[in-house]
Amino acid sequence: MSRIGVFVCHCGENISRTVDVERVAAQVAKMPGVAFATDYKYMCSDPGQTLLKKTIQDQKLSHVVVAACSPRMHEKTFRKAVEAAGLNPYLCEMANIREHCSWVHEDKQEATAKAIEIVGMLVERVKKNRVLPTITVPVTKRSLVIGGGIAGIQAALDIADAGHHVVLVERDPSIGGHMAQLSETFPTLDCSQCIMTPKMVDVANHPNITLYSYSEIEQVDGYIGNFQVTIRRKARSVDEDKCTGCGVCMEKCPVKKIPNKFDCNLGMRPAIYVPFPQAVPNTPVIDRDNCIKFKTGKCGLCQKVCGPGAVDYEQEDRLVVEPVGAIVVATGFDLYTIDEKPKGSMIKGYGEFGHGKIPDVIDGMTFERLASASGPTGGKILRPSDGKEPKQIVFIQCIGSRAREKGISYCSKVCCMYTAKHTMLYHHKVHDGQAYVFFMDARTPGKAYDEFWRRSIEEEEAVYIRGMVSRLYQKGDKIVVMGSDIAVGVQVEIEADMVVLATAVQPRSGADTLAQKLGISYDKYNFYSEAHAKLRPVECATAGIYLAGACQGPKDIPDTVSQASAAAAKVMTLFAKDKLEREPIVARVKEAGCVGCFACKKVCAYGAVEEKEIRDRQGNLIKVVAYVNPGVCGGCGTCQATCPSKSVELDGYTDEQIVAMIEAL
Amino acid sequence: MHSEKPKHDFEPKIIAFVCTWCTYAGADLAGTSRMQYPANVRVLKFPCTGRIDPVFILKAFQQGADGVLVSGCHPGDCHYIAGNFHARRRFAAFRKLLEFVGVDLERLQFSWVSAAEGGKWVEVVTDLTEKVRNMGPMTEFKELALEEQWSGAINTEELKEAFNQI
Repeated sequence: MSRIGVFVCHCGENISRTVDVERVAAQVAKMPGVAFATDYKYMCSDPGQTLLKKTIQDQKLSHVVVAACSPRMHEKTFRKAVEAAGLNPYLCEMANIREHCSWVHEDKQEATAKAIEIVGMLVERVKKNRVLPTITVPVTKRSLVIGGGIAGIQAALDIADAGHHVVLVERDPSIGGHMAQLSETFPTLDCSQCIMTPKMVDVANHPNITLYSYSEIEQVDGYIGNFQVTIRRKARSVDEDKCTGCGVCMEKCPVKKIPNKFDCNLGMRPAIYVPFPQAVPNTPVIDRDNCIKFKTGKCGLCQKVCGPGAVDYEQEDRLVVEPVGAIVVATGFDLYTIDEKPKGSMIKGYGEFGHGKIPDVIDGMTFERLASASGPTGGKILRPSDGKEPKQIVFIQCIGSRAREKGISYCSKVCCMYTAKHTMLYHHKVHDGQAYVFFMDARTPGKAYDEFWRRSIEEEEAVYIRGMVSRLYQKGDKIVVMGSDIAVGVQVEIEADMVVLATAVQPRSGADTLAQKLGISYDKYNFYSEAHAKLRPVECATAGIYLAGACQGPKDIPDTVSQASAAAAKVMTLFAKDKLEREPIVARVKEAGCVGCFACKKVCAYGAVEEKEIRDRQGNLIKVVAYVNPGVCGGCGTCQATCPSKSVELDGYTDEQIVAMIEAL
Repeated sequence: MHSEKPKHDFEPKIIAFVCTWCTYAGADLAGTSRMQYPANVRVLKFPCTGRIDPVFILKAFQQGADGVLVSGCHPGDCHYIAGNFHARRRFAAFRKLLEFVGVDLERLQFSWVSAAEGGKWVEVVTDLTEKVRNMGPMTEFKELALEEQWSGAINTEELKEAFNQI
């Protein structure tokens, strides 16, 4: 027999103004199973909670319903109070008579009648509530960081400095990401390499960091606190332990003319190479598609000249399994290229800009490499076609970004600022040159950002033209830029020597495949989705996985670093406990009824459903049933609604509880 | 502000099955923003629309609901990755069945209301209430229940005839 206690809150006047709380309490007291009902001014206040606890003990209550605000507001508060009084916290329910009743209705009679019905529903529900134990799972205090750009590096260093082991996985031969490619950074114009490379070295030297470069995530199993990650270490053909990084192999390699991706294909590299001189690890990798040894079986020069004998043509991909408790995803971005329409891209292409066929039309990252002191031109701004210094340069913003008709509607966030920076770098290096910028809007929110942008106009003499460019074409050795100046209302035609396009920031290629391996959600552009846009911006909805940097949305370096440190802090919070407590709202299989059809397994988005064999005492297999791993289960209940034999139940939302509520109406 | 509300002859009973993360939060937001809507709706909270068994909808109609609203997160926004997609597919099939059973599909509404859409919640609830009010009470299941119920009378012609035949 239940002895339910009902506590009706006035919430000052918030509820009592439109709901006759005394009448609600009096009516509810007559309901079967209700042993006690009262009303109180502020249930959530200290005296209110004391009243709750005292009544539970005095009246020997078995269940509690608090009729007050939304459970999203105070469910935890009251469940804690109930627990303190010695009841299981899940025997307490809240009836929402504020947000769903008193605040949205004016008629007191109507609102009171509704409040009584709402409380009645919850009274019927709470009768069917069961004692639920808190679930604890162990925590492996090691973390995986995917991506070795500035986001991944920052997160890895923060976690490692806190004393936890970090496995850092990078797809490319070296960590550093896009930031290592940049020349100087806005708004302070400090050299990107100078602030980036020390951090890369810190990663390499940190005793708590295991770095897997030239590696990819193969498979992710497990759940928060207990992930098993399989990492594919691609064959580098050079033994990382033996290699001293002397670089003789690269000098002797007969293949020298392979465009270097790191330099946006402007510079050349050999077939055995490190992407850039400051690479971490400073171990070369053999590009097997271009190596003579791999193509014809002859050559083998690098092996002959290698003193320590590190070159190994027989090396194969290796799989390593790492147990980790948390995962930080920091896979970064790719720039949209206008060269040709990439397969599966939602951008419709830029045929009017020559589809990348005009050699002196380059993107922002290529300009970074031209302006970089470590770049292929040694920091001189030279045209890729003939190596001449461009005297007229045109920057065009929003290529792909904010172009709904082209397929992408978001703002890439960094282009306004880096274009302003480009005009400055250009003016510093080509004193008699003139820079023009075509822009739609200048978006410069950020500390010292607008001042920086204004400087590019006021001090560095960049001419900003508000409007878009309709066409680019080659005329002799000039590129004719045809556009409109909508501020003045005239057509503009500029004969430029070079054109720089601020192309859209997109998620890394393969971001969706990785998301599917991790079981995290992503938006229509393949940016990863955070759990809550405002209040949980670094957590994925999937517990134990956190986001950092541009994989979640376009971001500049300060924002990326902030988010990476925030993600690291979240990981440390998780690692602060030895055991993880979670809400026991998980699905449970009633094995007697389960026929093993595994319809639940098909619909489970978490992969929480496993197969379990039921055997008799002799060990004969009786049947295979579903088993829900409580650590993995997200608690959505899709399995229960799917199960044809009604053999799986979501604790806290059982059919009994729901039907009781419907029947109470 | 406190305008005189028109009195209606019939006040429908609407049951709303909503998910915690989006629509319940959206309804909370409507409250926090002090928006006004008809008091006919009773909200049942689920973790996810994926948890909502179509049987609950039938049950609600049987229990005297005149209209049922099912609402969750927008496609792609599901807190549980994909629960709302399963719900969407399930209910698409279920609508056909309901139609076959004889429920006017106008009485059943599906919608996506996010946690930020307090206004949309008000709109959806108001529209559905208005629509169902104009349709009148849902009598089909009630009549069926009455038909199947034994009245308790023992001296009817049918019973006498049946008795005599034994």
